[in-house]
Amino acid sequence: MTTQIASDVHSHLIVIEPRGGLRLRDIRELWSFRELLWMLARRDIKVRYKETILGALWAILRPALTMLIFSIVFGRLAKLPSDGVPYPMFVFAGLLPWMFFAQAVSGAAASVLGAGSLITRVYFPRLIVPLASVGVALVDLLIALVLLAPLLYWYGIVPGSSLLAVPLMIALALVVSLGVGIAFAAVSVVFRDFRHIEPFVVQIWMFATPVIYPVSMVPDQWRWLAYLNPMSGVVEGFRACWLALPLDWIGVAASLAGGMFMLLGAVVYFERVERRFADLI
Amino acid sequence: MTRAIKAEGISKEYTIGAQRPAAGLLVDQLGDALRHPLQTLRAALVGDDKKRFWALKDLDFEIEQGDILGVVGRNGAGKSTLLKILSRITDPSQGRALVRGRIASLLEVGTGFHPELSGRENIFLNATILGMRKKEIERKFDEIVAFSGVERFLATPVKHYSSGMYVRLAFAVAAHVDADVLLVDEVLAVGDADFQKRCLGKMGQVAQDGRTIVFVSHNAMALRNLCNTAILLESGRLSSIGLIEDVLAAYAAQPLPQARVADVERLAADSRPATVSSVNVRPSSSGSTSIAISQAFIIRVEITVSQPTEIGVFLHCYGTGSEMVFSSGSFFEKELNGLNLRPGRSAFECEVPGHLLNDGEYTLDVLLVQKRHSIVASESAICSFRIHDDSATVEGWHWRPAGAVRPLLEWRYVEYGETFGASATAADAEAITIRTGND
Repeated sequence: MTTQIASDVHSHLIVIEPRGGLRLRDIRELWSFRELLWMLARRDIKVRYKETILGALWAILRPALTMLIFSIVFGRLAKLPSDGVPYPMFVFAGLLPWMFFAQAVSGAAASVLGAGSLITRVYFPRLIVPLASVGVALVDLLIALVLLAPLLYWYGIVPGSSLLAVPLMIALALVVSLGVGIAFAAVSVVFRDFRHIEPFVVQIWMFATPVIYPVSMVPDQWRWLAYLNPMSGVVEGFRACWLALPLDWIGVAASLAGGMFMLLGAVVYFERVERRFADLI
Repeated sequence: MTRAIKAEGISKEYTIGAQRPAAGLLVDQLGDALRHPLQTLRAALVGDDKKRFWALKDLDFEIEQGDILGVVGRNGAGKSTLLKILSRITDPSQGRALVRGRIASLLEVGTGFHPELSGRENIFLNATILGMRKKEIERKFDEIVAFSGVERFLATPVKHYSSGMYVRLAFAVAAHVDADVLLVDEVLAVGDADFQKRCLGKMGQVAQDGRTIVFVSHNAMALRNLCNTAILLESGRLSSIGLIEDVLAAYAAQPLPQARVADVERLAADSRPATVSSVNVRPSSSGSTSIAISQAFIIRVEITVSQPTEIGVFLHCYGTGSEMVFSSGSFFEKELNGLNLRPGRSAFECEVPGHLLNDGEYTLDVLLVQKRHSIVASESAICSFRIHDDSATVEGWHWRPAGAVRPLLEWRYVEYGETFGASATAADAEAITIRTGND
């Protein structure tokens, strides 16, 4: 009887069995569910901008106000160096990719628990949930980019052809954010207290990343340590593109390698615990 | 005929307690690892010896394409777990199932609806979640809207919908998913009668199209009318498979669940004046093993009294929906009110008449009350029992009469005719008089 079913490949046979780690089939299946990914991302974005009157304005206000505070505290009072660029400009260009990362990671970490009713009632590749959750962060980043133009004009900075690398830097930020976010999403389900720890981890992470200070401030012999943090290359690279600073290709490459490694590890871990999600939530 | 579903030794294991395998707190795990490094290491290497149980064990069955398979069994027999595995929400621990074609389940009515989004947006969102493609949704959109009857409110956020509109829209989407295998849970029973009728009608129609349905229900009438074959689950194992009538008969003949006997040793050391030793429910006419609607049955509460005192038993009887169906105390009986008990074991018996409770599962809480005011022992869900439907099928009527009780009521037809027949009773005449009085 088994052979009769199994041989009939045209009739879309589904095999339900205990799963191990990541298989190629999971990736193919993920692709076949791309419309759901798009739908969920769109739902989150729509709801976010429908709920608040300020809506899109928040996406600009949050980094702008943070820039103001950081400029006073770290620029004026602490007098942190900024690679010869006015500190507000410097910190804003670093804050954008950082805030994207922080928002994407927090969103992804909470996403699977938040989609509990979906996960316990319908089948779909669970990876869709953290993937879709970064959509909001991405839209917020794109909106916040608008504020860069007047700031650059105000400080008289003319970015050159390096602007062409901006999409690459955003893609890099996306890779790193997804790597961390997917891992955090899985850990949040398995360990219920992780969602209380997660904001703290992200906060500490910011100070380990050259957002409020330049990586050039790190002594040469410790520079490799900064490269171990994949967000270093993202923040430095993004800032260099907009502020016409020399681009540190080693940093970007280290970031890409680290980000890809994390993303792969996170997806493998996620797929491993995913089969228990419906029992855990 | 081709097989739509083939299950080969499906098993599912859960950790005892909360049904969650190895969920925990990071803090606990790290703390444990620091405090007991050796044990943690051993647990990681050997596997911890937490108590586990099989919600499903070695299920083998096949369903032909176009069949409607009923799944019956007591609460906790593994029916929902089976549906969850077939709908791929959770993985089996062992074994596998082969399913031909697309699977959809009606347990997901309204899943993914977002209150802030409009009806139109929710149709697209929900349908995508249920596995429909955008083109497919666009093609069926008008049909879905027409079925739901909410045309005028498509642009309104669904948070402004009445609950009826919400359910109609949700069901309309679910009903238009083209699935080869449809999984239906009892959840349908939550809707109003009209909604249930629509669901069952839709299911019959789906089956006529040659699609396969797996239907989990306690409702013998719906099962009888919709299904041709069925499986009976008992503590996670397949205990019967075959024609629906045979399986329902096997289900009715299943021995009553064992009363959870309280730990006598523990209670012996107890300082309380009285404790519950055991509770059981049996039909008052001997010979049968299960209780039918028409049968009277006896609830027997065995108690252990440790000191002479006045003790009464109080029962809370709950239905499946956790609503209380009735409660009663032994001291409601005049002769038992104020009764002083001697130390030792004894029992209270309560006879519940037939034609009172509806078919379904019931759970008892037992309280021991001292002097009619202080509770000295309270055992919740200590015993459960089932009442099965033995009423004759009614021609053309497919649904289980809803409600907590199923009294045998007398029906009469009274005709307000111009002339009285020779058989007209005094009551008839009175009814007619009243009517004419109003005219």
